[in-house]
Amino acid sequence: MAENTLEAQIDEWRRYVRGRQVVSPADGDELEDHLRARIEELTDSGLSADEAFLVAVKRIGSLDALTREFAREHSDRLWKQLVLGTSSPDDGGRPRSLLIALGWAVAAAVLFKVPALFGASLEHGTFYAANASLLALAPLAGYLTTVRGTNRRTIAVVTALFALGVLGANLYLASSKDDVSLLTFLHLPIALWIAVGVAYTDGDWRTGPPWMDFIRFTGEWVIYLVLIALGGGVLTGLTGAALNATGVDPEVFVFQWMLPCGAVGAAVVAAWLVEEKKSVIENMAPVLGKVFTPLFVATLVGLAVTIVVNGIDVDRDALILFDLVLVVVLGLIVYGISSRDPADGPGLFDWLQLGLVKAALLVDLLVLVALAMRLSDYGFSSNRTAALGENVVLLVNLLWSAWLLLGFARGRTRFAVLESWQTRYVWVYAVWAWVVVFAFPLIFGFDVSNFRLD
Amino acid sequence: MHIAKDLVAASTTPLVLGILAEGESYGYALLKQVGELSGGHLEWTDGLLYPLLHRLERLGHVESVWRQPATGRKRKYYRITEQGRAELAEQHRQWSTVVDTLRNVWQDNFSVAPLRPATEA
Repeated sequence: MAENTLEAQIDEWRRYVRGRQVVSPADGDELEDHLRARIEELTDSGLSADEAFLVAVKRIGSLDALTREFAREHSDRLWKQLVLGTSSPDDGGRPRSLLIALGWAVAAAVLFKVPALFGASLEHGTFYAANASLLALAPLAGYLTTVRGTNRRTIAVVTALFALGVLGANLYLASSKDDVSLLTFLHLPIALWIAVGVAYTDGDWRTGPPWMDFIRFTGEWVIYLVLIALGGGVLTGLTGAALNATGVDPEVFVFQWMLPCGAVGAAVVAAWLVEEKKSVIENMAPVLGKVFTPLFVATLVGLAVTIVVNGIDVDRDALILFDLVLVVVLGLIVYGISSRDPADGPGLFDWLQLGLVKAALLVDLLVLVALAMRLSDYGFSSNRTAALGENVVLLVNLLWSAWLLLGFARGRTRFAVLESWQTRYVWVYAVWAWVVVFAFPLIFGFDVSNFRLD
Repeated sequence: MHIAKDLVAASTTPLVLGILAEGESYGYALLKQVGELSGGHLEWTDGLLYPLLHRLERLGHVESVWRQPATGRKRKYYRITEQGRAELAEQHRQWSTVVDTLRNVWQDNFSVAPLRPATEA
């Protein structure tokens, strides 16, 4: 009886040790032998099996310290195991997750081409424009739920959100005006990405920390996607040139098959790469965030000065551009926050971040003023309303972030408060994105009196 | 008695090599021996011995082999190499110098006394 519990405990401990990528199976054997020898000694001296196990585990040391030492000695393993999958297939882990990732990547490619069978065209028509984000992100969500063994309730929620997405993308498609449709195309990916986040957080989506992980995941995912795209660009160029050289027109193959299928597959593979290396190497997005924070402060200040001196032309492109700038800045702020060790006290970088937030606030306010003037002159169009909403959403976030950052830099606020503010605010983005997708076509799509040629 | 971390860290390599010079051994036995030899004063975190052994193996000071007795579980044994013996001799020489110097300082109670030459290993 006691013997069985002990074996179960040792098994569990071993699985836990093997979960660390730098501890090879052989190292696991060695450590287990050590653990057993220690337990034998302790039970011989009169301890119960339970007590002996606890003491022996304690004496081996914390797994974090152990992993760190192993990582220092075996840093090569971090890299090799990253891609090559050196562990044998029967002990689960990497090869399994790789197979799952490849499976979903292929599924994504197939799924993306299915509508083409029914006549949907990539170049013409609105089907792909409306549904591309659905086709690309649904397999990603599928991959994340599979690999994480997500519980049924979460799967149901994610499925429902994607079904809602299908509805939002296609319900008003035929009857909407072009600029309203465009807003839907732009906002649906945001709404769906947060649905992917629900899949990622795996049933834990009501609390903050998993969302912070998802924010980190997002940044790493984008970086991997860009790296894969660079490689894919080289491959595409070479393929095109090679086909040309053999006298075959590469256009159909490259543009109808290679690029779209590669892109949706890459979305899944990038997610796999992020998950695989997450625990091992320092994350890249926060590092870039640190590098670019001072540069963006300078850019934003310059932008604000330009706006004050020259005014802004609040047409559609400019609005989207300014929103984009603010979104990137917000991303920088969030990554600065996500990469920070909450235990550290306030430092120079926090003041720099505060500067960034203030500069962004300034630009946001200037854009809002220009927008308000434009609205009072010309009334509410779908684009201006969307821009107004986005700026207000960002403004609220920035204002409160500035307040919290100031409190933190002065040592009055705990850093966790700032984190929790950013993670909870994700829901505001989600709600806003769904509102634009579902309510805007109703409000602006059919109302002829609102029709303006601007 | 608590011994400073740096001191423990610096002495691990010569201790491990020194014990292995007496004959091949495995991690758990090494730890026991260190404990006994130091009268229980030198306590290592058990797990951290293994990365150290792996480092010594990579450097070529020790070599390892898995043995599976007829009854019992398989176990990884470490054995010192020629290079390891050379390293041990070198470390011995350095540590002797340090220890002798300290002893001189403490014995002579900071009085001015000529240093004895370090005893060679």
